Amino acid sequence: MSTGLRYKSKLATPEDKQDIDKQYVGFATLPNQVHRKSVKKGFDFTLMVAGESGLGKSTLVHSLFLTDLYKDRKLLSAEERISQTVEILKHTVDIEEKGVKLKLTIVDTPGFGDAVNNTECWKPITDYVDQQFEQYFRDESGLNRKNIQDNRVHCCLYFISPFGHGLRPVDVGFMKALHEKVNIVPLIAKADCLVPSEIRKLKERIREEIDKFGIHVYQFPECDSDEDEDFKQQDRELKESAPFAVIGSNTVVEAKGQRVRGRLYPWGIVEVENQAHCDFVKLRNMLIRTHMHDLKDVTCDVHYENYRAHCIQQMTSKLTQDSRMESPIPILPLPTPDAETEKLIRMKDEELRRMQEMLQRMKQQMQDQ
Amino acid sequence: MASSEVARHLLFQSHMATKTTCMSSQGSDDEQIKRENIRSLTMSGHVGFESLPDQLVNRSIQQGFCFNILCVGETGIGKSTLIDTLFNTNFEDYESSHFCPNVKLKAQTYELQESNVQLKLTIVNTVGFGDQINKEESYQPIVDYIDAQFEAYLQEELKIKRSLFTYHDSRIHVCLYFISPTGHSLKTLDLLTMKNLDSKVNIIPVIAKADTVSKTELQKFKIKLMSELVSNGVQIYQFPTDDDTIAKVNAAMNGQLPFAVVGSMDEVKVGNKMVKARQYPWGVVQVENENHCDFVKLREMLICTNMEDLREQTHTRHYELYRRCKLEEMGFTDVGPENKPVSVQETYEAKRHEFHGERQRKEEEMKQMFVQRVKEKEAILKEAERELQAKFEHLKRLHQEERMKLEEKRRLLEEEIIAFSKKKATSEIFHSQSFLATGSNLRKDKDRKNSNFL
Repeated sequence: MSTGLRYKSKLATPEDKQDIDKQYVGFATLPNQVHRKSVKKGFDFTLMVAGESGLGKSTLVHSLFLTDLYKDRKLLSAEERISQTVEILKHTVDIEEKGVKLKLTIVDTPGFGDAVNNTECWKPITDYVDQQFEQYFRDESGLNRKNIQDNRVHCCLYFISPFGHGLRPVDVGFMKALHEKVNIVPLIAKADCLVPSEIRKLKERIREEIDKFGIHVYQFPECDSDEDEDFKQQDRELKESAPFAVIGSNTVVEAKGQRVRGRLYPWGIVEVENQAHCDFVKLRNMLIRTHMHDLKDVTCDVHYENYRAHCIQQMTSKLTQDSRMESPIPILPLPTPDAETEKLIRMKDEELRRMQEMLQRMKQQMQDQ
Repeated sequence: MASSEVARHLLFQSHMATKTTCMSSQGSDDEQIKRENIRSLTMSGHVGFESLPDQLVNRSIQQGFCFNILCVGETGIGKSTLIDTLFNTNFEDYESSHFCPNVKLKAQTYELQESNVQLKLTIVNTVGFGDQINKEESYQPIVDYIDAQFEAYLQEELKIKRSLFTYHDSRIHVCLYFISPTGHSLKTLDLLTMKNLDSKVNIIPVIAKADTVSKTELQKFKIKLMSELVSNGVQIYQFPTDDDTIAKVNAAMNGQLPFAVVGSMDEVKVGNKMVKARQYPWGVVQVENENHCDFVKLREMLICTNMEDLREQTHTRHYELYRRCKLEEMGFTDVGPENKPVSVQETYEAKRHEFHGERQRKEEEMKQMFVQRVKEKEAILKEAERELQAKFEHLKRLHQEERMKLEEKRRLLEEEIIAFSKKKATSEIFHSQSFLATGSNLRKDKDRKNSNFL
């Protein structure tokens, strides 16, 4: 909400233009133009959700975007999941709000952590992320760059079980495998089984463990010093409440005469959008209203650039190792080896000549005698 | 009438045990005769054996009771809290880490007393269950622990001088299995573990932390869980319905399994009473409110109604199964090869005899084997010797031949030397003669030849 306001205040509205008519040049409308252009182009965002099954991933996505992506989802029975492998499912939807179009892609990872043996179960996920980078890298270095599909994963919501005392080995394994490739936003799932004091404790514990294991989760950017106090306060609160404890719901219930998104229990109604009940609103604000663009920027500027640099480095090192003939990219012939061979040939020629001369001389001598 | 029925039943069993060889037609005749041997009589006055149950009760109160609970569930699922709530006691327990390399079991025994009843309660908790990345071996420590308790009891039972009366029975009477409240289905590990435990222990599954599952979801979840257990053939403990006084309530409760429970030791003021509850911003979950969760039902069923049945089931079903398998493994059977009953002593004798024979046979075999081996080795050695000898001869001959050849060569060379020296002598003589004759002409010739050579 506040971003929208801030943004407008910085724009030059028509009335303002009248006032400052004298010094009018016109480039103050640049932001406006950018706005118009971007609206025309539309936005895209790719969100990955990961976590054990039954932690409410689908429900939360539903609550976040108010669209049911999983209408015909089939849940596997426990027996089927014993040796299950992790799948990658992609759902893409076009949603529109007040003329702003968003192409939203949700990457789901059903089966993660469900098998009995979960060794390396994050491998398909890291592979997927790398594949998207690779695809983009190939497209970007291609000749025709008009219709590049950007499928890079901009953000990964990782669901942590609220039933434990903190992170589990599989959580640590997953986050360590992905933290250099994607923005991880850890969430405490199903927070309606924790009373406020327990939530505080668990958050503290998770933050400590993230530090301890050297996991780099998505860091909210420092807010500019010229922002107003209100915004700064909001930003501070946001940073303090990470990892967000969230509750999702796809049902609407009646609470105090209002219809709200919530969960109905015999002892009360959990309101998903009530800040006193959970951090759902904070998560939504962060993910959609304030930091979506930053998430994309970090993906492009940090994770993708890392990947690209790494890729190129690997390619060049491979080239020097491999024989030069097989390299796909022609490289300039190095001068030294050829000169050497030429010299060698010349030397051989010289020698040959000398020998011939010698022979000639000997023949001469023979004839003389 | 009822008592006579029981008598007949017992009789029939003992009869079966002693005379299983009878033909079936004869059997029914025998049965007829035996049954007629016991007559029901009515007594003309009070004798006093009606106090037998009371005597039993007094005796067991004196002795005290013993109950062992095993709690299986993921770290942090609320095992300790639920046990605390069930027995309304703070069993001091600490939070365990998620980073145990493998599953361990931790047993702790407590003495509790309610009115005049003593209870020796052992609580066994799994530590680190479900935390490992590879959970294939997770249930093994639990199976091993249960078997170890059975084995200890069996050893005590087999002793010559045994004291089963004072023996601290550590066999697990009930396993509370904590299921994660996912709302979807069982986890794979749950299924695997329960499948491996169901023939060893009475399993009572419970849905832990049930304050995240709403009423409608809970119904669906329970049905899903039960159907999954049934379709995978997992036998969970059913409350007995053969006792009229509790049959009705037990049957009703069997339909409500698995119980969805919430545990808490925190007291919250509701109305003007302090109750055990969890205080959320949106409401207070009361542990003992049947509308909120099934905690009261679990306590009722586990402690108040069926504790004795759980103990009995453990002894008569699970322990007997273990004992039978173990004894069969050792070679004991109840019936011989021709369907003849065999007593333990007979089996023992037979086994002893068999072992003796076996040993002798083995010894003989070994002896023969030894002789055979020695022979084989000898033959091999001899062969090797012969080979060596042959090689030696061969080499010797070669050597001889070589020497002869050398001798021959030497002779030839010597002859050549002699011939050469002779030639040399003649040529010198010739040379000196011709030198005088042709003089310098020849020398020139020789010089040219020399230069050509160089």
